[in-house]
Formats: sequence, structure tokens, C-alpha cells
Amino acid sequence: MKKIAIIGAGPAGIEAASILAAHNFEVTLFEKSSTPLSNILDKAFLFPSSVAAADLVDELNAKLLHDNIQLICEKEIVNIKETNDECKLFDKDGKTYFASKVLITTGYTIFDAHRKEELGYGIYKGVISSLDLEKMIRHKQIKNSIDELPQRITFLQCVGSRDEKSGNNYCSKICCVTAVKQAIEARKLLPQAEIYIFYMDLRMWGQTFEELYRQSQEEYDIRYIRGRISEASATFDGKVQIKSEDTLIGQPLKMTTDLLVLMCGMEPSPGTKTLAENCQIAGDYHFIQTIDPHLHDNETAQTGIYVAGSAKRPMSIRDTLSDAAAAAMQIMSDCQ
Amino acid sequence: MAISFGFTISQTRVVNMDNCDFGKLHQLERITPSFKKCMNCGACTATCSAQQFVSFNIRKVKSLYTMGQLGGLDKELAKCMLCGKCTLVCPRGLNLRPIIMNMRKLLTTK
Repeated sequence: MKKIAIIGAGPAGIEAASILAAHNFEVTLFEKSSTPLSNILDKAFLFPSSVAAADLVDELNAKLLHDNIQLICEKEIVNIKETNDECKLFDKDGKTYFASKVLITTGYTIFDAHRKEELGYGIYKGVISSLDLEKMIRHKQIKNSIDELPQRITFLQCVGSRDEKSGNNYCSKICCVTAVKQAIEARKLLPQAEIYIFYMDLRMWGQTFEELYRQSQEEYDIRYIRGRISEASATFDGKVQIKSEDTLIGQPLKMTTDLLVLMCGMEPSPGTKTLAENCQIAGDYHFIQTIDPHLHDNETAQTGIYVAGSAKRPMSIRDTLSDAAAAAMQIMSDCQ
Repeated sequence: MAISFGFTISQTRVVNMDNCDFGKLHQLERITPSFKKCMNCGACTATCSAQQFVSFNIRKVKSLYTMGQLGGLDKELAKCMLCGKCTLVCPRGLNLRPIIMNMRKLLTTK
């Protein structure tokens, strides 16, 4: 039985592991933290169908219950070396493991909004990240900084994406529809509130995303303003004042809002960055580079090392799962 | 006598969303709900018959109305000839003729 090592027990790692295990490969799944799927566990509902994140987590965890899969948590793999048709994996403490092929599924981390100081994250209590709001939605309670129900919620797109100042010129791809999803969930909890989304472009690229956006306007009264909020400041009563331009009327704009939600983009996770550098397979922005974006999109320049999911570029969960299946298929055919 | 410096201070152009009255917007959205669906593509303006002869931008009038900037909009809307070409091209299916008629009506009522 061929041994495959997978690094990172997120959706990509688990999906690939379950496919390979079903085809009689012996899979060892390494996870840095104490539990798998921590990025999905942060979410309340998943776009576009509003399925509960916990349901997907349960289904994915069930896939791990296979005799051919061994899950090792709290184990951080930092380097891989390929010699004589075998890959040698090194963990943080210098311990080694062997496998015929290695699949990297170390994923992303959310952009740290503290880096956009002008938006006041971590300085003003009314400024929160998309992840903070997701937590409030999970607990079914959205409150402003003084513990009252917010009358106005303002979302800002492209925080840490499409921004040279953050060093990220790329589009994180999932924030547009995430804001639409969160705005709708916020509306369900706060029927009276005014909800605004500030955007530069709305990129509704996925199936039914555009319909969700339209629904948010028609049925949930979400208002869209084209412009990028350039700065936020606090008001004496604990709210946030923002400045932007409404580029569709060509006039500057200011308003007070209870909550300013920063739609933070995706960056390669620390684990992705470490492996990308140590294995010399780093691409733009320290994501992992594949050989070719069309036909060899799961293979890296190092023989025996494969990659799937958001370790290579921002990706939705749905795309991550199909990418993981593609990677598993590639590994199987290369093992023949 | 006032001294002239060769320039004057004009009124601020900043839209203060805290002082905007969105009452007329909500009224319009109740009468013609399709108004909410606009995605600001500007197809209406591009095809507009009136726009070929006078300065008139129906998409911008819509945007200003949404932002509660109602000053002078009644004069702008008087330029519309209600030909209905905008309704024909709108990708989101806004029913623009009744929207314009109702905007005019709401703008002239207190």
C-alpha cells in the first residue's frame, strides 16, 4: 500500500484523504492545531445556500473515520525533501516521516486588519472584522460597542485585498459574496437597521452569487455604495464616523455608523508560507506555485509534492473541495 | 465694503448621511419596489432620447435620489420625455416610467 502524507486537516486535506483512503492508499494527515477544520468552525453559515457551517464540519469529520486514514494533530511539518522516489517530512522538532507523495493543504489565514491603521481596527470598538461579525451571527446577537442593538451597519470591501499598501494586489475573491451573506444574516437579526456595503466592484463570480446579491437588494433592503472608505474615527458616543466618496454621484460622503465591518481578505497561512519557502515552491505573495494553471494545477516544481486548496490562491470552500479531489486523482495516476 | 480675494467659499459638497432624509426614498420604494434592484450600469442613460439633446443623466438622478440628495432633481426629471427606451434596455427589469412619474410626484409633494 502506497503511503501518502497530507499536511493540513482543512476541507482540502480531509477531502483528498478520504478519496485516497477509499482507493487503498495509506494516508497520514498532519494538523498543526488541536482540531481539524478550524477555519470553517469560525463560520456560522456558508454562502451561497446558507447551510450551517457546523453541518459541513460534521460531514467532513465523518469522512475521517476510515481505517486507512491516520490523523495526527498538533504536529507542524516545516520541510519536505524528496530523494529516491521518496519524500522525507520534517516536523518542527526535527522528527522525520516518510511518504511516497506529499499533498500540501495548509490553506489561508485571514488578513490582519490591524495593518490598516486608518480604519481603526483594534483602536475603536465599533470597528470589527468580518470574522468578528461571523462570531456575532453564530451567537445570534449583534451589538454595537456600547452593547445596544445597532441602527446602522456598514461593510467595507477589499480590506487587505486589491491594495498595494497592504502588499496584496490580488482579489481575495470570496469577500464580496461573504459581505452579501453576512448582510442578509444581519438583516434577519436586525429588521430595523440600515445596512450599507461599500464596494469598488462587486465580483459575483460563482453560481447563484449574482442572484443572492439581487435578493439582498430586493428582499433584504441592503444598500450598496460604490467607493472605498478611506478613514474611520470614533464619535464621543462610541460610534464610528467614516469618510468615503460616492463615486456614482461624484461627491464625498460621511456618515456615522454603529459598526464598521472590515471584509478582510485571504493571505497564505504561516504554515503555507513556511513550506513554500523551505521547499522552494513559493509563488506570488508566498502562496504555493503550481507548474501550470491549466493542466498541472496541483503539481509543484518539486517532484512528489502536490498542493490543493487555498494554499495556492484564495478559494471558496466549494472550489477547495473540487481542487482536493483533482489533487487526489493526480496523485493516484502518478503512483501507477 | 467687503474685500474681494478673487475667490469665495462655496457650500460644502460632502453628503452627510446623518442628516439625509430618506423618507421620499422609502415612499418611492413602496410604490415601485423594482427601484431597489438598480445596479448602476447606466444602460438607461446611454439609450436615453432626452440625453442626446440636453444634459440629463437618469442613472445619476437615481443615484442622487437614493442618497437623499433631492435638490434640483424635479427640474432634472422635467427633461424626461417618458419615451420608455430606458425600460426596454434595463437588465434588472426596473419599470422606469412609473418610477420617474412617481419621483416627480413625490418631489413636488411636501
